[in-house]
Amino acid sequence: MTELRQRSFREDAPPEDKELESEAKIDGETASDSESRADPVPPPTSVDDTPEVLNRALSNLSSRWKNWWVRGILTLAMIAFFFIIIYLGPMVLMMIVMCVQIKCFHEIITIGYNVYHSYDLPWFRTLSWYFLLCVNYFFYGETVTDYFFTLVQREEPLRILSKYHRFISFTLYLTGFCMFVLSLVKKHYRLQFYMFGWTHVTLLIVVTQSHLVIHNLFEGMIWFIVPISCVICNDIMAYMFGFFFGRTPLIKLSPKKTWEGFIGGFFATVVFGLLLSYVMSGYRCFVCPVEYNNDTNSFTVDCEPSDLFRLQEYNIPGVIQSVVGWKTVRMYPFQIHSIALSTFASLIGPFGGFFASGFKRAFKIKDFANTIPGHGGIMDRFDCQYLMATFVNVYIASFIRGPNPSKLIQQFLTLRPDQQLHIFNTLKSHLTDKGILTSALEDE
Amino acid sequence: MLELRHRGGCPSPGGAVTPPLREGEAAGGDHETESTSDKETDIDDRYGDLDARGDSDVPEMPLSSDRTPEILKKALSGLSSRWKNWWIRGILTLTMISLFFLIIYMGSFMLMLLVLGIQVKCFHEIITIGYRVYHSYDLPWFRTLSWYFLLCVNYFFYGETVADYFATFVQREEQLQFLIRYHRFISFALYLAGFCMFVLSLVKKHYRLQFYMFAWTHVTLLITVTQSHLVIQNLFEGMIWFLVPISSVICNDITAYLFGFFFGRTPLIKLSPKKTWEGFIGGFFSTVIFGFIAAYVLSKYQYFVCPVEYRSDVNSFVTECEPSELFQLQSYSLPPFLKAVLRRETVSMYPFQIHSIALSTFASLIGPFGGFFASGFKRAFKIKDFANTIPGHGGIMDRFDCQYLMATFVHVYITSFIRGPNPSKVLQQLLVLQPEQQLNIYKTLKTHLIEKGILQPTLKV
Repeated sequence: MTELRQRSFREDAPPEDKELESEAKIDGETASDSESRADPVPPPTSVDDTPEVLNRALSNLSSRWKNWWVRGILTLAMIAFFFIIIYLGPMVLMMIVMCVQIKCFHEIITIGYNVYHSYDLPWFRTLSWYFLLCVNYFFYGETVTDYFFTLVQREEPLRILSKYHRFISFTLYLTGFCMFVLSLVKKHYRLQFYMFGWTHVTLLIVVTQSHLVIHNLFEGMIWFIVPISCVICNDIMAYMFGFFFGRTPLIKLSPKKTWEGFIGGFFATVVFGLLLSYVMSGYRCFVCPVEYNNDTNSFTVDCEPSDLFRLQEYNIPGVIQSVVGWKTVRMYPFQIHSIALSTFASLIGPFGGFFASGFKRAFKIKDFANTIPGHGGIMDRFDCQYLMATFVNVYIASFIRGPNPSKLIQQFLTLRPDQQLHIFNTLKSHLTDKGILTSALEDE
Repeated sequence: MLELRHRGGCPSPGGAVTPPLREGEAAGGDHETESTSDKETDIDDRYGDLDARGDSDVPEMPLSSDRTPEILKKALSGLSSRWKNWWIRGILTLTMISLFFLIIYMGSFMLMLLVLGIQVKCFHEIITIGYRVYHSYDLPWFRTLSWYFLLCVNYFFYGETVADYFATFVQREEQLQFLIRYHRFISFALYLAGFCMFVLSLVKKHYRLQFYMFAWTHVTLLITVTQSHLVIQNLFEGMIWFLVPISSVICNDITAYLFGFFFGRTPLIKLSPKKTWEGFIGGFFSTVIFGFIAAYVLSKYQYFVCPVEYRSDVNSFVTECEPSELFQLQSYSLPPFLKAVLRRETVSMYPFQIHSIALSTFASLIGPFGGFFASGFKRAFKIKDFANTIPGHGGIMDRFDCQYLMATFVHVYITSFIRGPNPSKVLQQLLVLQPEQQLNIYKTLKTHLIEKGILQPTLKV
């Protein structure tokens, strides 16, 4: 993502013809397959989307600096937009995540269409969007059932939908599957299977990750903001360090990346993460889990901050004591977690970027799309974020919070009486063994 | 699966289209600029054409090599080719069914191993097809990576599902406790390692191929591994939830074939020309009846009906329990029109038999779509069979293509309509909570149980 993109676009006309010829021989049919012959030229992806006002303002600068300025201005615009959305609250954030997901899905599917010249495949666009809808319905249903439990229990139709949610989702998916099978057309089997596979892999990448992002968001907005900011910071810092000090290439896949940028970005991101989490941990609106308040019918972020977000004294190890001159330092425990998050963002996050670069080279595209002037498509901005979202979710589930106690009680109440008794007795013996449950407490 | 397979392969038109290799030029191409050069374009295009090449790209692998054992060949040498084929298929069918009965007799652990073995073989078959389609035998690392991903995903699923059933066993060992607690993190770290290896293994001339194989592997994992784990979860629910669906699908195959053979006239779908509406409908009715009867027979035995549990004292799986209401005979009053036919007021059946109607209906109506999907897949990639493991039948995938949808359906059916959450999983999660939370829950549960009268309030002694 930090390579200077050159605006020269080479027309892949000669190889395109070869693809056209050989695609006409799909399934061993003769070249009567006129549909794949008469393909339109793939939509140009280097149309200059820069707004006119910017064009005029920068018209006297040379092309290279103009590019740099366009990217810089758009970067600032995106960051400002990000701040506005955070201000507007979790509901708007959720909707933005949803929109980003749909746009990413659309971009990747469009690339698939371009690669396989499959615009004319019957049904296929409808089916792709239908599968997107199904998978989103499934994930939203699972999320909504957990977080909006009281709301769901009140309304009868919602209760039924949530009780049989898996069955309904599976039925919807099966309908799509059967439609796919019925839509298989003799000359286009392979194409159709490719697009089917392409759609499913895209859904796997895009939809699951966006739902993990929303789960992280519900945990507390800080778990959403700090990881995303770390990835963005790593991008920018690695670019700066590479620009000023870069000498040794990092990986053949992205020739513009350098070891100096990588390591400099790592340290800068860790420091940035520490500072940012210190600033954010002070505010309740970032730290508290998002809850749905039944009375006001809106989202609230109000709670008693957990231990993670309370200042504590830490003893500084001897080696740093002499340097800094302090005996102890007051930090939030969350800042230690932020070191782990920043480390992941700097060391493993770039692999997501390399993967996307490899993908673009494999399919000979310069950018995923041309939505953002100077930057490319939405996917280009978010390719490193996806691994990060999964990591944060797994991290939270493993190290921060355990299972949800209220959810466990709900599940317990649906069991059979003999199962309930069995679990109760096992819990009782476990607590007694550990000494948590004493006979004094038992008699209360 | 039911089409009579013609043993001749498809003729391949012309010669392969091989663009001239320009490796010498491409070597100097790419290290300066970010934009793709024409030379690299051409090299990658050679693989890009693979998507769309004609029959020539599938080498004439000896799929039709005759693996029939010698004894069978000698015994059937007198018959004509068509009848010989029929006999081979018949004998192999009976062999597979008896093998199935044998494994059921040996118990649930063997069944689990069998499911795992089938999953690995199916994965191998589909990946091998991918290798052949893309000529990617020489890709660096790729075979290792595919098997590594298979291992990771299996590890993840086994940790999530099977570990719950071994809760008592796990409680004893400290290291296992650690593995369970951080299971998701460990699985994710393993998967990430594989992902990073993939990125590092991207080789300049083979990007597209490598991405294709990566996607192929992931889709295959999605299909085979998740479904096989759903099968195992169904198995733990009770062997009857494993046996009745699988038998219904097999019965539907066989009876649809027989009905089609004797009465078949109207073609069903262009994708599989040998299937007929008569076979479809006849198969549906016979499968429902078969499922009904099989459910009646199996519901009597605790061995089939009880959930599989792992007992730590005997260190093995036991299936002993009080059968749930589903498996206790109940009297149902017949609706009036059936009363007249059967001349009885009520009939005693197991409630499970009603569920078996739903299962058989799915097996007959939707199950075949799995078969059509596999047929379409084989036509798309111009292969006759997935592999040649079973003489006369093809590969393991050929036998199991209809089963996959069935396994998911049974699992979703069970979770939606039959049972609630898994008790051992609830217990597992309870034990992981913080002590104060556990104490709170304990008090809540105690109040609830006393209210419901399940727990008698203890008297002070």
